[in-house]
Amino acid sequence: MLSLLWLIPTLPLAGFLVLALSGKYLGRRSIAVIGTSSVALSALIAILIGIDFIAAPPPGFVFRQEAWTWIAVAGFSPGIGFYLDALSLVMILVVTVISFLIHLYSTEFMSGDDGYARFFAYMNLFVGSMCILVLADNLLFLYLGWEGVGLCSYLLIGFWYRDSGNGRAARKAFIVTRVGDTAMALGVFLLFTHLGTLDIQSLMQRVTQQWPEGSELAILAAGLLLGGAVGKSAQLPLQIWLPDAMAGPTPVSALMHAATMVTAGVYLIARTHVLFSLAPPVQLAVAVIGALTLLLAGFSALAQKDIKRVLAYSTISQIGYMFLALGVGAWSAAIFHLMTHAFFKALLFLSAGVVIMTLHEEHDIFRMGGLRKKLPVAFWTFLIGSASLAALPLVTAGFYSKDLILWQTWSSQGGNPWLWAAGCGGAILTGLYIFRVVFLVFFGEARAAAPPDTRRPGLRITIPLIVLAAFSIVGGWIETPPFLGHLTLFSDFVQHALPPAQVVHDGKNDETVLELLAIAASLGSIALAYLLFLRYPAFLHGLMLIPELARIRKFWHFGWGFDRFYEFLFVRPYIWLAYADRNDVVDNIYKMAISFTLRWLQKVDRHDVIDYIYSGLAELCLFLYRALSATQSGQVRRYAAAIAAGSISIIFIGIFA
Amino acid sequence: MAGMKMSAMRTAEAVAAIPMHHGLVLAAVLFALGLIGILVRRNLIFILMSIEIMLNAAGLAFVVAGARWEQADGQVMLIFILAVAAVEVSVGLALLLLLHRRFQTLDADAVSKMRG
Amino acid sequence: MEFTFYLSGAIAVAATLMVITGLNAVHALLYLIVSLLAVAIVFYVLGAPFAAALEVIIYAGAIMVLFVFVMMMLNLGKAAAAREQDWLTPGIWAGPAVLASLLLAELGYIFAQGGTAAGAVAVTAKEVGIALFGPYLLGVELASLLLLAGLVGACHLGRHEDVHHGWDEDERHENG
Repeated sequence: MLSLLWLIPTLPLAGFLVLALSGKYLGRRSIAVIGTSSVALSALIAILIGIDFIAAPPPGFVFRQEAWTWIAVAGFSPGIGFYLDALSLVMILVVTVISFLIHLYSTEFMSGDDGYARFFAYMNLFVGSMCILVLADNLLFLYLGWEGVGLCSYLLIGFWYRDSGNGRAARKAFIVTRVGDTAMALGVFLLFTHLGTLDIQSLMQRVTQQWPEGSELAILAAGLLLGGAVGKSAQLPLQIWLPDAMAGPTPVSALMHAATMVTAGVYLIARTHVLFSLAPPVQLAVAVIGALTLLLAGFSALAQKDIKRVLAYSTISQIGYMFLALGVGAWSAAIFHLMTHAFFKALLFLSAGVVIMTLHEEHDIFRMGGLRKKLPVAFWTFLIGSASLAALPLVTAGFYSKDLILWQTWSSQGGNPWLWAAGCGGAILTGLYIFRVVFLVFFGEARAAAPPDTRRPGLRITIPLIVLAAFSIVGGWIETPPFLGHLTLFSDFVQHALPPAQVVHDGKNDETVLELLAIAASLGSIALAYLLFLRYPAFLHGLMLIPELARIRKFWHFGWGFDRFYEFLFVRPYIWLAYADRNDVVDNIYKMAISFTLRWLQKVDRHDVIDYIYSGLAELCLFLYRALSATQSGQVRRYAAAIAAGSISIIFIGIFA
Repeated sequence: MAGMKMSAMRTAEAVAAIPMHHGLVLAAVLFALGLIGILVRRNLIFILMSIEIMLNAAGLAFVVAGARWEQADGQVMLIFILAVAAVEVSVGLALLLLLHRRFQTLDADAVSKMRG
Repeated sequence: MEFTFYLSGAIAVAATLMVITGLNAVHALLYLIVSLLAVAIVFYVLGAPFAAALEVIIYAGAIMVLFVFVMMMLNLGKAAAAREQDWLTPGIWAGPAVLASLLLAELGYIFAQGGTAAGAVAVTAKEVGIALFGPYLLGVELASLLLLAGLVGACHLGRHEDVHHGWDEDERHENG
């Protein structure tokens, strides 16, 4: 069974090829079948492989499959090879299963769209690239998947390319992530030049052998890789692309936020965790970035009107949690949260998609309301997703993963109370912003401008929602805190690939107290959201009348002004330079010099000698023009003569120089 | 290694030993003549023939070098050059026919209208 | 044997000279064949009998026949030779001759650096074949592709279309 591993990325890529090459000639039905079944098959294979892997683990809990050598040049021979261990198995399961559900959902959601084949082709390519990224056994192959994911995000964000705003959002996503990708490429180059290999496992071995902890090279390499991860995972300071990425169709957002793309950065850091643990400053930076991002994005999510933008900021914030966990060395907690987050975030996006579709592309949560009765499936699934996101105790998956992160942020070696406090504050924000959406959209009176669509979502939309809702509830029960049975199935399994967090503050009582605090934060925030947004909305309106508060709200709404800041810092100067340099810097310097001299000369001498010089100059130019245009006679033999003369002079240089 | 062994075996059927640079000079002279032909002639047929001369001279240089090191590689290259020459001639002559049909002339300068 | 080399080399050079100075295309072509045959003899002397055979069969045979066919189709007459006479003014030789002699001088300078004997041993067709279908197999495949492309290209270009549909019409179409 394990030997079928290569099929997991290959099937979606094959689906992409078929759809891209013959999509024009296929009917909608066959497009949907091809696009979905390719991912479904690869999910099925992933599940079977997973069962096989757990039932009869391969030696060392690692399975490698070398397909062929990609290129072999002077001792540099990266392969097309797949590497399956506990970490990549979890990732591949999450990626393929959730992608399959999203594909199934899209077959109905996109059914009215003209670019049906194009959509599924891109989606398949997206999934295939992500599978390559996850399963790659060397950094170059991983980088291929990495860039493939970036390309697909560009294609899909700008899917409705007729609207120039969407194209702009796509370009923004592409360019901002490119900043991170460049850093990552540099990191890969650095690792290769110093360690002489790109194979991740041998790389990690050589890193531990050759670089002492805290050495400059390790810090540099880890920092560069972190740059890539930050760009892809939309963390501070490169988080600005993700909210705009909502321009794409809703299933794309779901796919990007849950299964592919943004989790890539978390995966990269987990994959190269050996390197990161050799660079304590970088690891601390990871944790700080995560903590700051989760707070900033949480505040921004509070001030959004667009339902998808709320979810986008919530993704940024949740990825911040994962970074926080990675930064304190709680690798398996990060991956655990990645998994549960994938479940409930996909669920939230998909049910938000139902709401948006029913209300005729309405994104503004203040024009929704009272949808609880009209859209029961969307309501219940969105509620479950929100509860999971807000870490509602005991019953939701998000609770177990988030509390594991919070606990390990406190207790582990790299953790400290400040980071824990940030995480806890983030938890309060999370409950506030997501239940704000729940209360505004599904409760209260209807505020929609147009009457909602009477069509109800069909089975192909409902089934993924229900399955994901189930996952969002039960997905956390495989890893429970000590006072709730202390199940550690997940971390036991992932432990084969990722070392457990180094716990320094151990103590059951501490843990229970902290868990209770976290529970209080979560419940309190939901209650607060209820009071503020449903029970006494007038209070909030009153607050907003204070100009300072309104200004802060606006500031949050625009994502802490990062866009404007970058606009001033990078975009404007660049555009100004481009304008200034329309001809060439050198041209401009000459132009300025000449006009200056001319003006001076005009003052000194109005006619006579100077005139001759200039008319002479003009003649010279004309002569040069004639001479140059004579070389473009169109006569082949002249060209041949020129080639011969060139070759002869080159040989001359070769002999005598 | 294998080549050395073979050459030891073959010493019996040794043929003329010509200094390598004599062969190369011959190739160079032919090449230069072909170059002159291309540059001087206006008739496209002659230009094509001159190109053949140059290709042939290059092949000759390869064979001379191959003979110098007693390896087959030089002749292999000649075979590739032959293939290239065949293709070049067939396409070139087809172009020439086309031009003759359209312009009623074989003058290479007449096609300068294309401003290639 | 050495004598044969120099003799056939001289013949090759002389015949080539006749090619590039000739007025009548058919005569020039015959001289070219002579030149190729002389080069074939050079190959033989240098211990490359297989190359010599190929030179005769493919070059002097097949490729030159192509030229002959085309000349037949063009049906060049006396007027063509007269026009050649007009085209070949003495002054036109100066530039190319200078270029070519520069090239020759440079190449001669390079060749003067070393002098080892070549052609002491024959390289037989068998060895060429082994090399060709061993390490150079990819090259053979590429050459076959190239030949196919040439075939297709020649077929496409040689298609007989309406003679009146010339470039002038195309240009008018583009400008209009």
